[in-house]
Amino acid sequence: MTGIGEFLTRTRGRGRLDGSDILTYAYLTLGAILMFLPVLWLVFSSFKTQAALLRFPPDLLPYDQKSVMVEGYDQPLPLFNVTMPDGSVRQLAQVRRVGLEGQMVDPANPGEIIKVSINDREEVREVRLAWENYTEPLQRFNFLIYLRNSVVVTVAATIITLLINSMAAFALAKYEFRGSTFIFIVIISTLMIPISVILVPVFLVITGIGWNNNLWGVIVPGAATPTGVFLLRQYMLTIPDELIDSARIDGASEWRVYWQLIMPLSAPALAVLAIFSVMWRWNDFLWPLIVLSRSELFTLQVGLASFQGELNTPWNYVLAMTVMTLLPITLVFAVLQRFITTGIATTGMK
Amino acid sequence: MTAKPQRAPALPPERIPLPARIGHFFYLIYAGIMTVLGWLAEPIQRLIGTTRMPYFFVLPNLLIFGIFVLFPMLLNIYYSFTGGNNLFPQDRPFVGAQNYQQIFNCANLLDPATCREDRFWRGFYNTAFFVVFQVGGMVVLAMLTAVVLNRSIWGRGFFRSVFFYPVLLSPVVVALIWKWILQRDGLLNALLVSLGMERIVFFLNANWAVFWVIFISIWAQMGFYTLILLAGLQSIPRDMYEAADMDGANRWQSFRGITLPLLMPTLLVVLVLSVIRAVQVFDQVWVLTGGGPGTATVYVVQYIYETAFANQTRQFGMASAASVVLGVVLLVLTLVQLRAGRQSDIA
Repeated sequence: MTGIGEFLTRTRGRGRLDGSDILTYAYLTLGAILMFLPVLWLVFSSFKTQAALLRFPPDLLPYDQKSVMVEGYDQPLPLFNVTMPDGSVRQLAQVRRVGLEGQMVDPANPGEIIKVSINDREEVREVRLAWENYTEPLQRFNFLIYLRNSVVVTVAATIITLLINSMAAFALAKYEFRGSTFIFIVIISTLMIPISVILVPVFLVITGIGWNNNLWGVIVPGAATPTGVFLLRQYMLTIPDELIDSARIDGASEWRVYWQLIMPLSAPALAVLAIFSVMWRWNDFLWPLIVLSRSELFTLQVGLASFQGELNTPWNYVLAMTVMTLLPITLVFAVLQRFITTGIATTGMK
Repeated sequence: MTAKPQRAPALPPERIPLPARIGHFFYLIYAGIMTVLGWLAEPIQRLIGTTRMPYFFVLPNLLIFGIFVLFPMLLNIYYSFTGGNNLFPQDRPFVGAQNYQQIFNCANLLDPATCREDRFWRGFYNTAFFVVFQVGGMVVLAMLTAVVLNRSIWGRGFFRSVFFYPVLLSPVVVALIWKWILQRDGLLNALLVSLGMERIVFFLNANWAVFWVIFISIWAQMGFYTLILLAGLQSIPRDMYEAADMDGANRWQSFRGITLPLLMPTLLVVLVLSVIRAVQVFDQVWVLTGGGPGTATVYVVQYIYETAFANQTRQFGMASAASVVLGVVLLVLTLVQLRAGRQSDIA
């Protein structure tokens, strides 16, 4: 027994678990539950039918009323456990409900109608994943269009951001030219200026260009991120100048130095910026909300928000669409998890 | 990583593993795009000479930056001195400081009810309250979590990922997740009822609404700052703690004496970033409460958004004036923090 106890309480550090270790694990476990349970609850709930979602207290698993096909009826009929006057319990299918009375049939004997009080019956329920929450919005709402818009915005914006930020960072890191310090300081000082402070004039510029209700109006304004320029420049400073000089001696043009030498060497910083950019763009809300007013141009975030804001929100669809919205970014995280956490930690930027 | 200016000749296709093939595919696309752009860049280099090439490299970024950040910043100030409902500046009458006068037209600045633009001031004080408690609570919790995660514990990578995960979620998704949990028939109320308590309709009660708005935004952002603080903690050399241990310092003393001072620069970054973030609070709350109940969770950015884009009359001048005030407050806050940080560095 002592052996098992020792094994279970073994730690990596000094011998046995002490009080602070127990506190540590208690804190971490509680924190992990608090951090992850809400998301898990969302996923569980998204597989429930509208009727199951209205139940209080809610069930953990997605239950749905069982129904059967009965001979002579076109639609499947809902099943009930009915307490008969003699005290026995029979499983009957309900044909229709008239006031306080349910007209039932025995699936085995569809000819005979049995009338029972609705207080004597109880739903027969089974665990069933309501996939229709996922499939129906695809047909009934513009979900696929929102998804396409979000993908277009995220991919295009990330490519443009990586290209122009890395070009600018290369110039600021590896050349000395008149105005370079000035440009750098101006870019860095606007790190503090969020777009929410300049909403109106940016909207004017977009309208002037004619990008109102155009995905370009969402893609381009945020592309010249000061964060990206700063992050890439600091990384490129560590690339030795001798490499560039030798490439030049070999007759490479400046453009080739940039794309065949500097870019591959900056891959880790570029990856961090790419992850940031995907995250920013996929999750962006306020700016697309202002630029896009035609619903066929909505991104997922705007579409989801406007959908849930409608009266009588069908929660089953909202929940399923929310899951689909968080799925892509979750998959990216699952694959690149180690890379993301260490990348952010080492660059320390947002 | 090493540069590969010339790629090795391709191996027979069946020998190349799938990830490498996908990588090669993307490299070919990348090389194609870059070669095409080179047809533009190389003649330009011949035209303007190598020494002027950096201007070519900064130009695209600078152009977009100038048009969509710098120019709007200046324009915003001009806008705040104009009136009317037209968007284009040439159609807007110059009204001088009228917008600012209207904002500051208060019998008592500390009481929004006495102000003409009472919604702005409610938003202003709500935002101030939010910033203090959200940033305060979050920094303390992120610090605690980082210290805990910095110990040699089992499953560190797992816990780090779990605490970070909500950072990836969009504000809309975060709001919907919690709206679902906190609704009248939601999980939390089920828990309360099972504990024998009364159900609470959280978003009809101003105090609860404010609490949950702060709680949820801490929930959603904490992991990011935890990660930065963790990196700061890991850069502190271990032998400093061993030395303190030998001198008989207890854990709290070595935290006060070693961890806190050496973590100051990281803490300052966290503070500056999270204040900037908190001042802009909007989207999550907009979906969660819409500013309600009453005006309990109306924040400045929501006021700006509504004044310019969501109300019947689009008061662009008013919105610009409000955002100039917000920008000035943000600037002052950041400068104060940086100054305070520098002084504590010297001390």
